[in-house]
Amino acid sequence: MPSISLFAASEKGLISIGPLDYGIIAIYFVVVLGIGIYLKKFAGTGEDFFMAGRKMTAWIAGLSFISANLSSLETMGWSAMAYQYGMLGAHAYLIGAIPAILFLAIVMMPFYYICKTHSVPGYLSLRYDNRAASLAGISFAMLTVLVSGASMFAMAKILHLLLEWDMNASIWVASLTVAIYVTLGGLVSAVLNEVLQFFLIWFGSLLIPILGLVHAGGWSGMVAKIQHNVPIIFADDPVTKNADFTSLWRSLGSFDTNPMGIDWFGMVFGLGLAVSFGYWCTDFLQVQRVIVAKNLRAAQNGTIIGAVLKICVPLIVTIPGLLGLAVLLNPDGSPLVLVGENDVRANITNHTFNDVLPLLMGKYLGPGLLGLGVTAMIAGFMSGMAGNVSAFATVWTYDVYRPLINRKASDHHYLTMGRWASLLGVLISIATAYALFYFSNILEFLQVLIFFFIVPLFGIVILGMMWKRATPTAGFVGFLTAIIASISMWVFVHTFPDGFRPAPKVVLGKDAVVTKFEAPGDARSEKKITRVIVESGSLETTNVPIAVEGEKAPVWSGDVTIKVEVTLPDRAAKGDRPEENVAVLAPEVTMAASKEMTKFGADAVPVVLKPGVKVHASDVQQTFVPGKFNAAHVKWIARSDKAKPMAVNMYSGFWTLLICVVTTIGVSLVTRPRPDAELKNLVMGLTPIPDEGPCPWYENPLLWAGLVGAVLIAINIIFF
Amino acid sequence: MESEHQVPIWFFVGFLLLIYGLLILGAGIYALQVPTDVQLNLKTSWPDAPWFFLHADVWWGAVMVVVGAGYCYRFHPWRPGETITGRSK
Repeated sequence: MPSISLFAASEKGLISIGPLDYGIIAIYFVVVLGIGIYLKKFAGTGEDFFMAGRKMTAWIAGLSFISANLSSLETMGWSAMAYQYGMLGAHAYLIGAIPAILFLAIVMMPFYYICKTHSVPGYLSLRYDNRAASLAGISFAMLTVLVSGASMFAMAKILHLLLEWDMNASIWVASLTVAIYVTLGGLVSAVLNEVLQFFLIWFGSLLIPILGLVHAGGWSGMVAKIQHNVPIIFADDPVTKNADFTSLWRSLGSFDTNPMGIDWFGMVFGLGLAVSFGYWCTDFLQVQRVIVAKNLRAAQNGTIIGAVLKICVPLIVTIPGLLGLAVLLNPDGSPLVLVGENDVRANITNHTFNDVLPLLMGKYLGPGLLGLGVTAMIAGFMSGMAGNVSAFATVWTYDVYRPLINRKASDHHYLTMGRWASLLGVLISIATAYALFYFSNILEFLQVLIFFFIVPLFGIVILGMMWKRATPTAGFVGFLTAIIASISMWVFVHTFPDGFRPAPKVVLGKDAVVTKFEAPGDARSEKKITRVIVESGSLETTNVPIAVEGEKAPVWSGDVTIKVEVTLPDRAAKGDRPEENVAVLAPEVTMAASKEMTKFGADAVPVVLKPGVKVHASDVQQTFVPGKFNAAHVKWIARSDKAKPMAVNMYSGFWTLLICVVTTIGVSLVTRPRPDAELKNLVMGLTPIPDEGPCPWYENPLLWAGLVGAVLIAINIIFF
Repeated sequence: MESEHQVPIWFFVGFLLLIYGLLILGAGIYALQVPTDVQLNLKTSWPDAPWFFLHADVWWGAVMVVVGAGYCYRFHPWRPGETITGRSK
């Protein structure tokens, strides 16, 4: 068929793309490089390079503001959340974003804008002194490049899983492209490319919910299918299989009535207040996008445009996650079961939650459209990196290099420093990405790292703006105390004084030859493995006792060659600890009867080892595990030992903000404030709003903020 | 910033959407003759699907062409007074 030569695609990755799709991706790279090269002539001064000349319109500021946040990790991650938690995942776009964005627009923006700061640490320097500003500047500069590298690593990994692309090539091609256009055009280039990315993301993603909803029979059809499929998909989880996946608040009465393991207090005060206001109001990457607007009104309206666009994001993120529950089916019509990354079946027999969006792309998008979808994904990652690198260049040059290293250089010197800092930022990002090849568990750590600093930063910035009595010493002490408290809480919930023992598991080697026995499934359940026999080959065990012939006690660690047939237990425990299921993972083994290669994962099944099988046994116990939460400690932070990770993070954010505010107020009362004359244009009551001429109703920020607030309330009532 | 002969970012947006729209529309029209795997699979799992949804690349490509062409026309760089932000001076 002629189509084969024109649109032929590889069959190896999760999705397959052909020449037309590759062409669409290549065009994107050419255009963004072209824009970068073209914009170089518009970045001739420090103000142009670092602040985009402060000439952005409200629309550009708004689109850039929301694009900087709409990375591919965000779209894929929150689609997975919606599959896992239902509509609760949409809170990140509603109460977890809109009130904070509107607060930034109406309350905080006048202070940021009128004092003409170039960054949030810059505001701290003006309002307090260099101690808090330097702490914020150094920590922020470090975090931006680390997060940027983590994002690059995630992109390379995802493109490898989806399309089998070489990870080195993905990292270098994307990073060098970003390096070229950010080094040449600075923030102008980053911002304008984010505008381009906004359109790509929407045109590349919106078709999936449109086709999916029509396919599912509209909203009511999708809800009916979800109600039918959820008890099958989450058959092993008693809370989730009975959960309400299509409401925002009904299941938040307590921690154990919803799959997210959070209650309404954590959602409102943790996500809605501490984390959300910290991220949207003081994360410089976000704030930088709108303080570069041409005037205060444009900065405020740009932020509100960002809120309008944010409220629409669930269309391309939450709905695809819900559609995954409704329309992803096996060939026999049963629902396709996606599992968590830690599940024994993950990436062996089952796709994971994170695959929901790519699976829908593969289901609905043909040649060209698929290329557009992948381009949107790549653009999202590159835009995130560009945003971080341009923010790094600004904060490094203005908040670290200028105040601490070279105070009196020329504008041209700082501009050159900014270009080198951009390049350095990209190189550190690449180094971070490569470090993650070997220490991928750091990724989990990096994702929460930003919250250690962002929430305390909001505490001192908002007190600085609202209360002229807040003193420089209090700002620094409050900031530092809250950071230490935040890190301490994180360490506390991940510490296991009695030792944490990873769940027992058996991993069969590639040379293993096995026989497996299965019980037939029915319409309400999948086929289940009941017993595995390892005829020959090798395997590794972790925390599994082996009753070796001739040994008095079971063997937990060391290398063992089986001499007399032995059966590994389906559940295991050491000492007086509770028993846990033994997971059996077979990523690539040979079936004894057919000699065919196969892969499977099973939970709590006996594994019989025939004589001659070689076992490498490990006995692992740790006292600090960043990936696990100690329930006994969790209840002190999140009020319940039933709280799940999301709830713990939200409650930690709430306590951090409280500690920051209380400490800053307390220290302010016993230290000397700055005189009023030095706080002009920085604090409420001392900041006159400039007259920007007559304001037509359609440019009135208060009117639009009110309307967006009303829409937010309406959505919460409709989906209560 | 320089202020002469500036190409607004909206023109770049329109140009890219126009090119992509033409490519996707072209692929969609071609697939009307030779259906793609995605369309064949959809037709199997969604037998009562209207033509309109099976050939989303045709109408989605057309939408992109219209939006892209609109932006290119409205923000073309030869228009007097345009800046890179699309703001008339």
